[in-house]
Amino acid sequence: MDKLIAILSELHPDVNFETETGLIDNGILDSFDVVTIVAEVDDTFDVQIPAEELVPENFNSAQSLYELIQRLA
Amino acid sequence: MALTSFSFLLFAGVLLILYYLIPRKLQWPLLLMASTVFYLWGGIENLFYILFTGAVTYGATRIIEKNQEKFDKKTAKKKNRLWVILTACVIFGLLAVCKVRFTFRNILLPLGLSFYMFQSVGYVLDVYRGKVKAEKNPLKLLLFVSYFPQLVQGPISKFGTLAPQLFAKHAFDGKQVAFGLQRMLWGFFKKMVIADRIAVAVVALKGPSYTGLSFLVLTIFYAIQIYGDFTGGIDIVIGFSEAFGIRLTENFVRPFFSKNIAEYWRRWHISLGEWMKDYIFYPISISSPMRKLSKAARKKWANFGKRIPVYAASFATWFCTGIWHGITPNFVLWGMMNCVVIVASEELTPLYERFHGRFHLKDKKWYGVFEMLRMFMLMNLIRIVDLFPNVGEYFRRMGTMFTSVKVPFMKLGLTGLDYGILGCGILLLFVVSLYQEKKGSVREALLRQNFAVRYALIFLLFLAVLLLGSYGIGYDAGNFIYNQF
Repeated sequence: MDKLIAILSELHPDVNFETETGLIDNGILDSFDVVTIVAEVDDTFDVQIPAEELVPENFNSAQSLYELIQRLA
Repeated sequence: MALTSFSFLLFAGVLLILYYLIPRKLQWPLLLMASTVFYLWGGIENLFYILFTGAVTYGATRIIEKNQEKFDKKTAKKKNRLWVILTACVIFGLLAVCKVRFTFRNILLPLGLSFYMFQSVGYVLDVYRGKVKAEKNPLKLLLFVSYFPQLVQGPISKFGTLAPQLFAKHAFDGKQVAFGLQRMLWGFFKKMVIADRIAVAVVALKGPSYTGLSFLVLTIFYAIQIYGDFTGGIDIVIGFSEAFGIRLTENFVRPFFSKNIAEYWRRWHISLGEWMKDYIFYPISISSPMRKLSKAARKKWANFGKRIPVYAASFATWFCTGIWHGITPNFVLWGMMNCVVIVASEELTPLYERFHGRFHLKDKKWYGVFEMLRMFMLMNLIRIVDLFPNVGEYFRRMGTMFTSVKVPFMKLGLTGLDYGILGCGILLLFVVSLYQEKKGSVREALLRQNFAVRYALIFLLFLAVLLLGSYGIGYDAGNFIYNQF
């Protein structure tokens, strides 16, 4: 989880990713951010996130993204 | 049958009464029948295109689902990928043929073609991705493809959100019906009082003799026209559906309040943007070749290399969005200009951050207004390209923008009274939008008023549409700009 938070914080240092649960719904992450996260997750965790998983539910919080990575690992 | 015609109002009224009178299990078949009548009204050839699209979509999704049941995940995906490509080629191939005929031989596009074809291909992809189950009842699928209100100019719905509502049994809900009709009325106001009135001046200002500041005025007038026209039409469609208990996806969230282009495209024509993002932008940007390209590029340029996939995918997405609107150099240029602004604003982000780190303007109210105006004018300059016969003329006219300050307002076909009505209409639109932006639903606020105030306001709006709407000989209220796509 720490590695994931580090990836996210590099994109938006001003956001508290531990608590935020509306990253997509509140417009914090845009589609460019999502693609960058997918590439970073691939590099860091060796997990390829497919296009069908790029939905708000999976990216709205660090926790949901972490669960997605664990599911795909 | 145009959405603003008397025949449509009569059709909608009879349908609404029937919908709540008949047994609820017959509600969706009634909507299918109504959709069929709606298409037949526009000419029997309309029905051919929609039946063909429905049949191809049904066949493809049933095969895809059978493969998913029969084979292991990897094999099924491999086989189904071919079916998806084949289906998309057949449907988009037909769309391309129709668009070429429209562009070069001026043969009218079948009603709603781009909208229901995109909706159908989106559904095929959702079945392929396992997001939704394939619909087994071909008539139900046909209703999803052909649900008539949204096919005039969208929104482009997803099967997962629209289909369950279409097939559900809906009990009469007075508040829901009243809200739906109120939204339709607001749509008529935007379309007939504002958009159709200012359209007269837009047509005049397009003329080659209007140069100088007239060009800038044209960009603003066209923005008002297209906003009133498109969002007015969408309000009618969403309001109509709401009265039937069907909540369509929102297509606009007050886009002129956007402070940057990314925000603007999250607020304008949302359903097309979502379609492009889900089925073109994401698949390209995270594809295996893009990942490899990005990895290689990052060795040379750390930050820029990371962004290569999103820029390449943005280029493809905006090219497709451009030609979705029309196969002309104007629309391709329109798409590319949007792409360039998006890429430029992304690349300039560090510069903005340094600027705001030093000057602390972001918290100032006036700076927020400046950002909105800046975005409004920039999008106006880009949007206007489709008004001109060719790209050269667009640039020629833009080049004259600061050569003269004379704008002959009284020679554009509008009287002083017209400008007065437009001014009041736009002011009302602005106040309502501001209320929605800051406080929420205007209809809920109206509901909190006492009966007399509420209905007096609604009656005033009705009178405004009736008395101030653009009517007259030779006037065709049915022509929505987005019908042509």
